[in-house]
Parts: sequence; structure tokens; C-alpha cells
Amino acid sequence: MRVLACIKRVPITGGRILLTADARAINTQHLGFTMSPHEECGVEEAARMIEAYRGDSVVLTLGPPEAVEQLRDAMALGIDRAIHLQTDGQEWDAEGTASALTDAIRTEEGASGRFDIIFFGNESADSGGFQVGARVAHALGRPLVTGLKKVTLEGSAVRCEQEVEGGRDVYVVPLPAVLTVKEGLNLPRYPSVPGRMRARTRPVAVSTPARPAPRLELVRLAVPAGQGRRAESLGAGAGAAPAVVEMLQKAGVL
Amino acid sequence: MTTVLVLMDESDASRQALTLARQFGEPRSMRMDAVKPFAPDAVAAALARAADDLNVSAVFAPGTDRGNEVIARLAARTGLPFAANCIAATPGDPATLTRLRWGGSLLEEARLHSPRPLITVAPHTVPADSGPAPVEVDVKAPAEADLVVRVVDHVAPSNGGLSLAEAKVIVSGGRGVGSKEGFAIIEDLAGLLGAAVGCSRAVTSAGWRPHSDQVGQTGTKVTPDVYIACGISGATQHMAGLKGAKRILAINSDPQAPLMLNADYTVTGDLKEIVPAISAEIRKRR
Repeated sequence: MRVLACIKRVPITGGRILLTADARAINTQHLGFTMSPHEECGVEEAARMIEAYRGDSVVLTLGPPEAVEQLRDAMALGIDRAIHLQTDGQEWDAEGTASALTDAIRTEEGASGRFDIIFFGNESADSGGFQVGARVAHALGRPLVTGLKKVTLEGSAVRCEQEVEGGRDVYVVPLPAVLTVKEGLNLPRYPSVPGRMRARTRPVAVSTPARPAPRLELVRLAVPAGQGRRAESLGAGAGAAPAVVEMLQKAGVL
Repeated sequence: MTTVLVLMDESDASRQALTLARQFGEPRSMRMDAVKPFAPDAVAAALARAADDLNVSAVFAPGTDRGNEVIARLAARTGLPFAANCIAATPGDPATLTRLRWGGSLLEEARLHSPRPLITVAPHTVPADSGPAPVEVDVKAPAEADLVVRVVDHVAPSNGGLSLAEAKVIVSGGRGVGSKEGFAIIEDLAGLLGAAVGCSRAVTSAGWRPHSDQVGQTGTKVTPDVYIACGISGATQHMAGLKGAKRILAINSDPQAPLMLNADYTVTGDLKEIVPAISAEIRKRR
């Protein structure tokens, strides 16, 4: 079988977000980067499927030259090769992203055959647009199931469990399909040293699509005002226990 | 006045979406469960048809999983841009809006260049509309092709325990708890308080707790009366899940940890001494 995982490079924001001087981006000078958490589970699931059923796995991203780090991370988890749609670091909106990914998927499928499953994260950690997977699925004319916490192959179909209030809704759709997943789908493995070594030598196909004018156009970012919590000290160490219990009584939970 | 279409269910989030929708025109509504069992492509198709029939100026939905999913499908189908999780929006060409990023840790001001803005409204960021319910639009029988993706079964939650999302008290542990076994003192205190046990992403990534215990942007968003955070630094990933907590008590050895600065109450020191001391104090008073 053939499986594709689509990922996005995002900063690891830590405790406090700082913006650039023009307030159009996060100041990432002192930050590390990762792939969005939901997508990491998509990568892990793709790797497990190929381990179980054999075949070919590919990871795809649209992002700056440095996003090759996240492609290598995905290959360290077991993905065979990568496609990198390189940008100049400017943000792309969801429509432009989906359109470039769709073109790249069509080209790849034309050369090497159809993907049975294409994984996306349910939403990216940073821009949270909730739509790239839906746009790609529609453009390719494939069924889409979103927000998945469990995915099971059943012959030429896939059984999907979607997290909803009060449990999970189940869908069974024919392959090929597009699935968007959420963290908790699996526990991604910690990449092994041999995995990392192997990832360095795996092929990354690079192209540079043109960025269309965004129709959802970012003007500026802002850090929301704090919630005005007072951070009242109840003391230090075990001696603070009586004050904590009094607070719990006052709050009516004890 | 122009007409707008609002996708609604029984949730507060739907009536909050209605509040923003009224700024764009006279609302008509479609039910989220217009197609049963739920088939998101069929709902999106019905919205597309109704939007054309009524020549609506915008389509709104709650920024819930269901709302975002259906509007994303509508956007794909109609080739229109879509702004998810907005907290403010003003009609115009372009429409201007403010939306949440990073699970609410960052705000984005944006322009939406579209003949028919598609907008979802972030839950609990806008007051709920208390006006009359909008008139519902009729929904025709869906096409077969739009029923390929439909709910065929439902699985009840696996743990019969307390639901994090609904818990009134949560005792939560972070990296500072140190190990899977270290959660014994967290569970003991939670048991005394009738509380749910929560944790940070660092803990689920380490495999100490199941993902269903994770509070945060990619875990559960919680709304307890009291949230007790033990050994959690307070990365934006975690804080994004805490905005609905009434009171936060942070226990941490680092008084400068972001969660200590953004809590209502703090105790500085080693949680391995403090948490058992709180449990002992509760037992003593019983």
C-alpha cells in the first residue's frame, strides 16, 4: 500500500509568545521547531501501516528551507522519502497551501501510483485553519474523515473513530481516503539513532511553487491580555497545606 | 438588509455564532443534524444550496469540531476562503476579523477577501444571542455521493471514570511529577477531592499517562471550579486548555514558572512534599 503524511513546521512556543517588530509573525530567534502534534501522530500511523502491510510511505510539507528538519524527523520515525515544497518563509493561507499540496500529490501519484491513505493533522498548531485536509480531499475527489483517534484498515475500506462529546462516532469509508487525525491516535515512537542516521540519507524532492495572493490575509498578530489572575502565595513547602485546604473549602469543593 | 445563513445545534457556541452573524445580516438557520445520521458532506451540500437560493452574504457556524468540519467542506466545495475560530468580524470588502491562533494563545487580525465570507466563531469568546431563533431553511434529500462519509456507529467512552471536560476539580501533574509511579500522590489527592486526574503534554509524550488525561491545546479544554497544577511549567500548549478554569492553584519549585505567574494561588516548593501534606491535612480534618 502507499501512504502519505502531510506535516507543517511550527515553533515550540514555550511559556510566552514574543512577536516580531512588525507583529506579523512570532519571534522565533530563540525557539526550536517541531511538526504540529496532531501531524506527528499521522506520521507515526503511516509508518506503522507500512510496517504492517508493506509498501511505500512519503512525507510532504510546504515550508521554508529549514522545514527539511521536520521531514528528516518524519523519516527518522520510519517514512521512506520526502517531498518539500519550498517557500521563502512567508506564510501561505490555507487555500494556497491546499492547492500546492494537491498539485504535488497529483504529480507524485502520476509517477509512483495512487496513495491509499493521505494523513493530515486535524488542524495546525499555529494558524489552526481546520481546512487544508478538506480542500485537498475535495480536489482529489476522495472521502474525508476528520478528528480521528483510531484508524483500522478493513480490506479496501478504513474504519475511523472520531472523537465527539460522549464517546466516538464511527465511519467506514472506501479507499483511497483522506484522514485528519488528532494527538492521542497513537504514542509516536522516540526516533532511534539508526533511524536518525537512515533519515539523513533518504531522498527529499524539492520544488518551489509560486505563492498566490492570500484571500485570508494576515494583517497583524497580538498577544491577548492576561486573565488577570493574582498569583496569591499560600506559602512554601508542606507548611502551606492548611492554607490550601482553607482555599479549597472557600471555593466550595471540599 | 442582506440574509446570512447560520449552522446551529443546541450548544451555547451556536448562539454565540448567531451574535456575530447578526452583524452581517438577517439570519436564517440550518440544523447541524439536518441529515441523520450525521453526514458532513451532505450538510455542506445543503448549506451550499441554501446559500445560493437565499443569496446569502455570509455563512456562520460555531467553532466546534463539527462546525469547523462542515464549513471546511463547504469552503472546499464552493472554492471560497474560510476563517475559523473568529472572535470578532465586521462586514465589508474585504471583511475584517479577529481570529484565534495557537488555541487562543495568540490573536490574528485578518482581512477576508470573499464574495461570501465563511466564518466559524470560537466558543465562549462572544456573548450568546438571546433574540428569537432564526427561521430554519428546508433541507432536501441528500445525494448518494454525499452520504459516503456518514456516521455508522457510536462507541461509548472507554473509561467509565470522571470526564475531564466536565470535572469540577482537577488535580493535574506535569514533568515535575518525575515518573509514572509519581502520580500515586496526585491520584490520592484527587480521590479525596472527588477530582479527575489531568496532566500536561510532556507527561503523555513520556507515556506516563494516557492521552485522554491531557489538558491543553491538543488535549482537553477544561472548565473546573479548581484546577491544581503540580509540577507543570505552563507552556502555551497547556495554558490553552485552562482558560475556562475558575481558580488555578499552582504548585512548583520554580516561582518564575509561567503557570506560577498565571495562577490565582501558588505554593512554592517540592510537590512530592506538598501534595501528600495537603492530602494529610484533608484527612486530619475529617
